[in-house]
Amino acid sequence: MMMSLGVVDREFHVFRGLPDADGEHIGEVKSFTVPVQPGWVVLDALLYLQAHNAPDLAIRWNCKAAKCGSCAAEINGLPSLMCKTRLDHMPLDKPVLVRPMRTFPLIKDLVTDVSWNYEINKRITPFTPYNDDQSTWRYFQEDADRVQEFRKCIECFLCQNSCHVIRHHRKFNHFAGPRFLVRLASLEMHPLDVADRIPFIKEEAGIGLCNITKCCTERCPEDIRITDNAIIPLKERVVDRYYDPITMLLHKIGIK
Amino acid sequence: MMSVHYETKTYDVLVIGAGGAGLRAAIEASAQGVSVALVTKSLLGKAHTVMAEGGMAAALSYVDADDCWQAHYKDTIRGGKYLSNYRMAELHAKEAPERVKELEKWGAVFDRTPDGRILQRPFGGHTYRRLAHVGDRTGLELIRTLQDKGIHCGIDVHMECTMTHLLKDGDQVAGAFGYWRESGRFILINAKAVILCTGGIGKAYKVTSNSWEYTADGQAMAMKIGAELIDMEFLQFHPTGMVCPPSVKGILVTEAVRGEGGKLTNALGERFMKNYDPERMELSTRDIVSKAIYTEVKEGRGSPNGGVFLDISHRGADYIKRKLPSMYHQFLELGDVDITKGPMEVGPTMHYTMGGVRVHPETQEVLNVTGLYAAGEVSGGLHGGNRLGGNSLSDLIVFGQRAGKHAAEFAKQQTVLPKINDEEVKGYAEELVAPFERDSKAETPYQIQADLQDLMANKVGIVREEQGLKEAIEELQVMKARAKVARVDGSRAYNPGWHLSHDIHNMILVGEVVAQAALQRTESRGGHTRLDHLEPDNEQWRFVNSTIRLNESDELEVSTYEKPQMDAALRDLFDKSDELAITQSKQKI
Repeated sequence: MMMSLGVVDREFHVFRGLPDADGEHIGEVKSFTVPVQPGWVVLDALLYLQAHNAPDLAIRWNCKAAKCGSCAAEINGLPSLMCKTRLDHMPLDKPVLVRPMRTFPLIKDLVTDVSWNYEINKRITPFTPYNDDQSTWRYFQEDADRVQEFRKCIECFLCQNSCHVIRHHRKFNHFAGPRFLVRLASLEMHPLDVADRIPFIKEEAGIGLCNITKCCTERCPEDIRITDNAIIPLKERVVDRYYDPITMLLHKIGIK
Repeated sequence: MMSVHYETKTYDVLVIGAGGAGLRAAIEASAQGVSVALVTKSLLGKAHTVMAEGGMAAALSYVDADDCWQAHYKDTIRGGKYLSNYRMAELHAKEAPERVKELEKWGAVFDRTPDGRILQRPFGGHTYRRLAHVGDRTGLELIRTLQDKGIHCGIDVHMECTMTHLLKDGDQVAGAFGYWRESGRFILINAKAVILCTGGIGKAYKVTSNSWEYTADGQAMAMKIGAELIDMEFLQFHPTGMVCPPSVKGILVTEAVRGEGGKLTNALGERFMKNYDPERMELSTRDIVSKAIYTEVKEGRGSPNGGVFLDISHRGADYIKRKLPSMYHQFLELGDVDITKGPMEVGPTMHYTMGGVRVHPETQEVLNVTGLYAAGEVSGGLHGGNRLGGNSLSDLIVFGQRAGKHAAEFAKQQTVLPKINDEEVKGYAEELVAPFERDSKAETPYQIQADLQDLMANKVGIVREEQGLKEAIEELQVMKARAKVARVDGSRAYNPGWHLSHDIHNMILVGEVVAQAALQRTESRGGHTRLDHLEPDNEQWRFVNSTIRLNESDELEVSTYEKPQMDAALRDLFDKSDELAITQSKQKI
């Protein structure tokens, strides 16, 4: 798409507010006009607002290059990175609506409390290599490829925000969410890892709650095929372990 | 007057900054059995390390069997224009391979060689293929690996917490004071040892690859309690930042593009590096490539948007998408350019601060402040006049580990916590809330930062000269005064305007340090180019590092110190062509 030439005044509707005691988003959408330059992303416009109209506007951002995953928000209703959403790719005749991620408790304006994600991560058994003698470690790019796709994750939590199990059904205590199923997949599929996380994946991570609607995959800014490459293979491993009659029998008599 | 109440936490070791150095330091300190707090201005895993792309340099010798620590040492010293601290460069070259292997043991998944080991790529100034990497997102791999290791080490991580003042008990550091970004409430961390890992100063510049966090906090805080900053005239302008559209100007284009065979051309289609470094061409060191691009543009051979062209499309779409996936997406999505089909436009961007807090080369303890340590970009010494690409990530893990170890050992020797002076702390708190009481018609700190960024770019930028530097120092005094009366709107809850009202002082102070150091060094060398002294002046400056401190009356004092002699064994590694640069006459010692 060609860039528009010159500065264009555009209207922005930006959520401003504070949480109530339960973290509910209490506030209102405020209207601003911003002189938008060619090539700007939504974050450029919000930083302009901060510098000129609303110096206390709360935004969380770091790299402004889609590498850190800090600036996740909902733009015209779609969970997106503010640093990656080009304004010249959006309809000119409509205001640009920017709201915080709906799934998480509000801190202020566009900033939400994502600490739940960090708590989930702590419960995952870390990388456990089969031995400590690295001189014998060998694995090939083909093996690395599968894991590297998952390790591209920049922890923007847009997948967590988009997942209806968390967003609508609020299963914070029963489901780890796509991000951490991806993390679990990266560990389970690491060619040198020997820990067994299948019981955790089934019980605490609650993988059965995912009914593969693929909303997470659609919103992933890193194009990780979350559902197809991470969640479904893990579901298969859980099924093999717990629901395959022959495997169940072998387990019972002590053969893995 | 607003509340200046504060909460207090106590630890053996406090680490400020959670990038590669901070995380590595915290993991090491924790392994020594002491209690550790890790404080970060952002969320965990978002520090600027995440943006490092090309790789980390370590003489693993998996790809080129001839590589060895001695070769890495020589490359680092030569690349640093012989100004690096010799001992730090030696430790760095020797220990980097072990630190990289350790990352793999903790779960990092590097790209592989055909025989299944860590793949290494070529980079500017490195004699051998030396950079362990993951496509073009090596920093993400580093930080995620350390993060996932760190959360299982019993470290208390305090996210979105800004430390604004270091505290002292006599000559010893006593902890740090600051605020929670979320609530704006004050917090004091009383600790036996403190490790600074706060990164660089890039946000004092307009065109930079650095994130908002790079506000010179560590440099300023350390100076205010007696530390010295060294080599601050040396800034790295990375040769290849994006230039178009204007809003992305400065975003990093990894050196791996050139490592993988990218060619630089000017508007006439010439591979102009042949005129600046015909042997190494595009893989020359960053200072040389940046100056080459600057010269091409200045002499009218630039691209339409004021840069030059960088083309990798001859490597084919599949290869580019596999080895440089972030670059492919970055240009496609932010710049409307498909780099598998044609060239990118690139130009220099402020990237890295070679200088920093003066530390002991082995323990990373800060000179003049007992119990304070510094590692990573905030510290000075390793990179001298110019940093080689890939040496930053290895710096973080080598010296992060060392700082963590020595800080923990120091903390264990202390039987009691250092004392806190409550009156002093209240004074800092009052200073922090003062902007809320100011004239509501005064300017905000955002305007001052924008002016600072222009000033630094124009007068203390990629090229400098005496007149401009003197003007910059004058203008910085005016900015200092403006920053003291800047206003803040709203409340203390997650208020970026308020946060900047403090950070701006750090950037102005350290901006002046850079200008003063640049004024003092009347020659051109590495990341410091004086238009009025275009050549290196070996007689006067070859063996001299600059140092700056704040004196009793809060004024900057600029001076120099002589390098020690290089050990004979290390000196023997170099050949005739280096002799002038490494051999000091006995009289000078």
